[in-house]
Amino acid sequence: MLQHIARRLLYLIPIFFGVTFISFSILQLSPGDPAELLAGEDATQKDIDAIRQRYGLDKPFLVQYVVYIKNVSHGDLGTSLRTQRTVIREVLARYPATIELAGVSVIIASIIGFFTGIIAANHQNSFFDYGSMVVSLFGISMPIFWLGLMAMLVFAVMLGWFPAVGRGTLAHLVLPAISLGANSAAVIARMTRSSLLEVIRQDYIQTARAKGLAERVVLYKHAVRNALIPVITVMGMQFGYLLSGSVLTETVFAWPGVGRLMVQSIYARDYPVVQGAILLVAINFMLVNLFVDVLYAYINPRIRLE
Amino acid sequence: MDKNEVTIKGESLFRIAISQLRRNKGAMVGGTVVLLFIFTAVFAPLIAPYDPLDSNLDEALQSHSYKHWLGTDEQGRDILSRIIYGGRMSLAIGVIAVAISSVLGVLLGLISGFMGGKVDNVIMRFMDILMAFPGMLLALAIVSALGPGTFNLMIALGVYSVPFFARVVRGSVLSVREMEYVEAAKAIGQSNFFIVFSHILPNCVGPILVLATLRIAIAILNGAGLSFLGLGPQPPTPEWGAMLSSGRTYLRIAPWVATYPGFAIMLVVLGFNVFGDGLRDALDPRLKT
Repeated sequence: MLQHIARRLLYLIPIFFGVTFISFSILQLSPGDPAELLAGEDATQKDIDAIRQRYGLDKPFLVQYVVYIKNVSHGDLGTSLRTQRTVIREVLARYPATIELAGVSVIIASIIGFFTGIIAANHQNSFFDYGSMVVSLFGISMPIFWLGLMAMLVFAVMLGWFPAVGRGTLAHLVLPAISLGANSAAVIARMTRSSLLEVIRQDYIQTARAKGLAERVVLYKHAVRNALIPVITVMGMQFGYLLSGSVLTETVFAWPGVGRLMVQSIYARDYPVVQGAILLVAINFMLVNLFVDVLYAYINPRIRLE
Repeated sequence: MDKNEVTIKGESLFRIAISQLRRNKGAMVGGTVVLLFIFTAVFAPLIAPYDPLDSNLDEALQSHSYKHWLGTDEQGRDILSRIIYGGRMSLAIGVIAVAISSVLGVLLGLISGFMGGKVDNVIMRFMDILMAFPGMLLALAIVSALGPGTFNLMIALGVYSVPFFARVVRGSVLSVREMEYVEAAKAIGQSNFFIVFSHILPNCVGPILVLATLRIAIAILNGAGLSFLGLGPQPPTPEWGAMLSSGRTYLRIAPWVATYPGFAIMLVVLGFNVFGDGLRDALDPRLKT
């Protein structure tokens, strides 16, 4: 098990360099002189020269990358052009909101998706099965930001049940969490269904039935437990996606999270924040995936023995 | 004659796949939806009742009527016409993005699978890095670097699908590389280039087609998302995501502006998804559950 974790950690090293390289390249690829971009619009020549010095922007490309890595490893992601606060502080200040939204979304999506999947698989080819799979196809094909707008239209504007935008009370969380999680619920439902269908057909399930166990016991104690393994992985991956992919939902509901910060910074051409936010979110995504991987090995001993 | 008997005789795999596909109702419905959207996009000038850019402030934000079936937007432009024209943009974004990623991905996958060894290792580790990024974030990073715009959006959406194609093609190459007919081709002295393109690539066409169909669905979805954020085609170009974004402002007084473009996105993405699933079942019966 430890060996498995160690291998996974080693595997992260090249990916870490790749991720930093991509976030580093954002500034290099953008049109214009990076030093001028970093200094902001009303910077003097002296400011620009100071920036060039600090980030080594007068040096060759690869040297600049090394400087960037060095700064990143010291936690220096630069300073926001808009607020003059450090990028780390800006991003971390927005993280709780994003984690709150993604966390609640994934919990709702897991509960709905999981039970829908179980019922659908247990009554294969029934009306519920077909109905829920058609609904889940819509869930996968729907733009989540549009679902957010429609939820806002019906439940905030027309019915007035929930506030339309902002963060604060539990009521603020309902619409964004449900519309953000809809897609994941669909993915989880489909995964649970197909995983359970595969398990149900196996011999040991037939044995369990043959020895006269109640159907409930067969289903929940024997089948669901084994079907859970891939499902938990999918849930974890969905959490990773939601943590990084709530850009649109956060924009629709004016939710003050990292995604919205990213979009606002892109509009304001606040490159250090864009770079820093993308880097931190990507690293976060990487770590969640690592955790899911380890968890998978933990609950599925067959993997560990390989 | 029984339908199933047809497949027993020496028919081409292509014919078998087509007949499989035609028996799959879902896939046929999905395919029809997709064709319908492509048709209206291509013949938009003949089908759309109005010019999508024709604004008339006297008729701004009107609800459904015989004159304007789906109402008008904040500049009095006909929403139905804008959706029909917007399909050109949204479909083009999805299709061109996937064309970019399939060309790059197929080439990388072929090289990786055929060469093996160090080259394979370097290419695939690079693909891992791209995949370590959540797709939307990578596209956002690229667009923020290159600046907003239709073509930059296509590149951004294209890049992040590259690893999927590279992986699938590499897998297919590995499975046929050691086959006798490839060895035979080598033995008679055919060049690597020729072997790859005339013996190996044709074997990967099925999986590539399936993947492309499903990736187009995702590219259209994410393309609309990035346009919604204002990072795609710029106004007044009609595009579904951008239409949603402007409709958002008028959600309270004119909800139809933001409602219908979303339906268009959902339907066409659904079409591609269902058709892609059917295609996979038809091309690879083993995967059928």
